[in-house]
Amino acid sequence: MGVGIKVEKLNAWFGKTQALYDITMEAFANHATAIIGPSGCGKSTFVRCLNRMHETVPEARATGTVRIGDLNVYNGTAAVQIRRRIGMVFQKPNPFPTMSIYDNVAAGLKLNGFNDRKRLEEIVERSLKLSALWDEVKDQMHKKSGASLSGGQQQRLCIARALAVEPEVLLMDEPCSALDPISTGKIEELIFELKERFTIVIVTHNMQQASRVAEFTGFFLLGKLVEFDKTEKIFTTPSDKRTEDYITGRFG
Amino acid sequence: MNGLVTCAAAGAVILVLAPLVAVFGYLVYKGMGSINFAFLTQIPKPPGEVGGGMANAIAGSALILFLGSLAGVPIGIGAGIYLAEYGRNRFGNVIRFTADVLNGVPSIIVGIVAYGLVVLTQGHFSAVAGGVALAIMMIPTITRTTEEMLLLVPNAVREAAYGLGVSRWRTTLSITLRTATSGVITGVMLAFARVAGETAPLLFTAFGNTYWNWKIGQPTAALPLQIFTYAISPYDDWHKQAWAGALILIVLIVASVSAVRLVASRGMLKGAN
Repeated sequence: MGVGIKVEKLNAWFGKTQALYDITMEAFANHATAIIGPSGCGKSTFVRCLNRMHETVPEARATGTVRIGDLNVYNGTAAVQIRRRIGMVFQKPNPFPTMSIYDNVAAGLKLNGFNDRKRLEEIVERSLKLSALWDEVKDQMHKKSGASLSGGQQQRLCIARALAVEPEVLLMDEPCSALDPISTGKIEELIFELKERFTIVIVTHNMQQASRVAEFTGFFLLGKLVEFDKTEKIFTTPSDKRTEDYITGRFG
Repeated sequence: MNGLVTCAAAGAVILVLAPLVAVFGYLVYKGMGSINFAFLTQIPKPPGEVGGGMANAIAGSALILFLGSLAGVPIGIGAGIYLAEYGRNRFGNVIRFTADVLNGVPSIIVGIVAYGLVVLTQGHFSAVAGGVALAIMMIPTITRTTEEMLLLVPNAVREAAYGLGVSRWRTTLSITLRTATSGVITGVMLAFARVAGETAPLLFTAFGNTYWNWKIGQPTAALPLQIFTYAISPYDDWHKQAWAGALILIVLIVASVSAVRLVASRGMLKGAN
């Protein structure tokens, strides 16, 4: 089951440049929340702050409170512990190139010291089924490299890899921006099914995609959260002029 | 114009390959006749006596190269990992510069250093001293190629591991290094092949030996040393054996590099780059 995310007064910096200003918002359990906004508005930085991936960049730092379920992300818990409970899917599919499909999915567990082979087999099968890749790869998942799949398949492989560690939250940073329309459609369908088990936060460049997959949407501009509301409301009767200008295509 | 450039490139390839083929061909022509069972299994006969072989030198070379690799490969790869993953700073630049300078140090000077470090403290020549000299020569090459190969691994691959909650050291060893394995192995084999034929650093470290020796603390024969000694000797039979030794040396280097590559490629997957 997914858990909710509560963000309060989140500020983030790259060196001396501030990238996020006092973000306060919520993502509800077992719902999809979309983050939209023009390039450079801090969308990616925001989701990367949720699982502390932000701090893997030299000189990057963040302050504020992020709660994921009962977990206080910025207080005391080690970053690696947090990331095990929060799955992440990146913009460009990034399977481990020298590993087989099976090893890619099992990587998160194996590298964290989980070695029960029978359980691993089960988890890999379940994760690949969840990400709708099982039927396409089940016959050769031990022999073929993850890098030999098509772009859309690679992205679903990355989703399976993220799901295998059984996270409560799935963060997706523009997961379809490098994919063709058919693969994009598959991943969007997937998001619908995954909502039943996980809380999803998806960054997207594509406003139609946000309206298709997410119940809630946050609009970011220049590092600030301009508006956060039900997706329907954002796309039909936004309360902020800037949101309206963005969704009607006046800028961005 | 296209044809002209193609011809020029093909010509350059021939110019590059010609010396290699010529050297190998000449070695086969001169050395093949002296290679026989005795040459590969016996130790040298005293000067003037015909026959004998270089078996002890072949074994000695293997021993010294093993000792050199034992020290040089882990240190070189470790330093390469440091430079690529943690060395984006001033200290890293100092190491990089040092490695490049070390790479250009004449091999005889490396031999003198190993002499001072090991032979003088031990009190006598030894296989260990030879191994240390070869290790010093291997380290900069391995360090720099390991660094380059690790930097070729896209950052997205590291991020994928971090995103799964894998710690940094584990990511470096199990993901980044593993992704770069084939390139790192190429670097190691390059360094290995280079030092396998070195004579100068062994002159006053391993020193040479006309008998069998398996003790790493004792003077040990090595193929390049043996070739050198035989080549400058006044005996006809020794000259022939020097040619044969040179041929064996090249064949063994090519064979060991190929073997490592073959074993390494077994573990690789289809479709992986």
